[in-house]
Amino acid sequence: MHLSAKPHALRDPAWHGRLTAAVIFVVLLGPAFYLTEFNPATLWGEASLRATRRFMETFVPPAHSLEFLALVAQATWKTVAIATVGTTLAMLIAFPLALAATRTLSVSQLATGRMAPVAAIIRTAVRWVLIGLRSVPEIVWAMLFVRAVGLGDTAGVVAIGITYGGMLGKIYIEILESGDTRPAQALLENGAGRLQAFWYGVWPVSLPELTSYTIYRWECAIRASVVMGFVGAGGLGQQMELSMKMLAGGEVLTMLLVFVGLVWIADQVSAMLRKALA
Amino acid sequence: MMLALRPLIGAAAALAFLAACIASLSGDWAGFFSRESAARMLEFVRGFWPPAMEGAFLLKVGSASLETLAISLVGTLFAAVGGLALALPAAGRWGALPRTLSRLLLNCLRAIPELVWAALAVIAAGLGPFAGTLALAVHTTGVLGRLFAEALENVPPEPVESLRRNGAGAVAAFWYATFPQVLPQLTSYSLYRWEINIRAAAILGVVGAGGLGQMLHFHLSLFHVQETASVLAAMVVLVGLVDALSNRLRTRMTA
Repeated sequence: MHLSAKPHALRDPAWHGRLTAAVIFVVLLGPAFYLTEFNPATLWGEASLRATRRFMETFVPPAHSLEFLALVAQATWKTVAIATVGTTLAMLIAFPLALAATRTLSVSQLATGRMAPVAAIIRTAVRWVLIGLRSVPEIVWAMLFVRAVGLGDTAGVVAIGITYGGMLGKIYIEILESGDTRPAQALLENGAGRLQAFWYGVWPVSLPELTSYTIYRWECAIRASVVMGFVGAGGLGQQMELSMKMLAGGEVLTMLLVFVGLVWIADQVSAMLRKALA
Repeated sequence: MMLALRPLIGAAAALAFLAACIASLSGDWAGFFSRESAARMLEFVRGFWPPAMEGAFLLKVGSASLETLAISLVGTLFAAVGGLALALPAAGRWGALPRTLSRLLLNCLRAIPELVWAALAVIAAGLGPFAGTLALAVHTTGVLGRLFAEALENVPPEPVESLRRNGAGAVAAFWYATFPQVLPQLTSYSLYRWEINIRAAAILGVVGAGGLGQMLHFHLSLFHVQETASVLAAMVVLVGLVDALSNRLRTRMTA
């Protein structure tokens, strides 16, 4: 009533849609709020306020004893090492699979316009394997490996290798198929083997893009390897988890700062390398 | 000659770096790939089958899945609101100083991963889904804020100017000219982020922040392998469903 009483010029022309959207929103989100036990009051509850305050008070100054800094430096290097070796493992997993699955190198497709049934089945199967590898997050792989074979760096390396292998494989296939495929086709038509066609027809065309995406993934792996430390897979994350458990805020702050710096450096290095490749 | 050498030098440097990395890992490679640990791994994996299927347990998995879904939804919603609130100063609407400060804040929020935020939120808000929601909201605010700020900066200024010239206030001009222009982009960024956040919400629980992750952590720690298998399956299915749904929504919106 109130709305229609207003002069026409002042009425919101879109109020109908807005109202519907708002109602749908509330109906959908009501239960969601209930399920998340959404209650900001808990943050101001006495007990949690005390815990938070105690924790925050220890934040400043950041821990900076020489001994601790050496420990952090060691953990940071370990994080980088896990990410680097993990990404390399991912590359070793992804590359052969991508090579097997790419349609660019299909001889039967070239000859008849359609892929031979067996080849099509193999290529689809490899794609499913890649989906399987990447559908479980790396931190879950890390938890499984830590439980099954024990704590440590190797669990982190293999976890990154598996999940990132799946991701890299998918993107490698896309890159191999999206580049200029005519050189490879010409080579195949003139009797070159698949590997020859790959090395001389596909590889030179797609190398910059392949490298650049792999470097980007390495950057992500550094972040992932910090996170995986929280479940016991070594590096900076593991130290951070220990310090949080002991509510040693100063140590946590130092490590957060180091982490942010590390991510920034990785970002810069990755951008620089990719620019040099382009 | 120099040109041909450069890639070689680059490759050699990369290999040397890799070798240094491998050397510094204490990892007991021989142990990891030994027959003994392979056997242990195999036994572990064999325990996965059959996954736990009792009705009461499945009900729990179902409610944990809903909880994960709710964490991702509410977390993303708050991030969208918070992101927009910080994107306004970050887009330089109120001068240079607020711009720099809000960008710095956004960078800090974004730089720290969800899981680390969750570990911190558990200290402040206690164990449970609320901590996970807060963590997702905080990290995603940093991500969306930056994207929203870019969208706001790139919006064509003519509609706003025409409203302002005709006497509309700054707030009205924003809601009726700028906001409708950026809304499709904002929505598609938020949906895209929701896809990522459902994955994050599924695992945040490993530090005690609710949802499927918390169940996974619990059962894995007690070596309840069959229950673990069911939780993992639920995770994969949930993520797949959300991907499909969000894909549908996005293609419908852009079409």
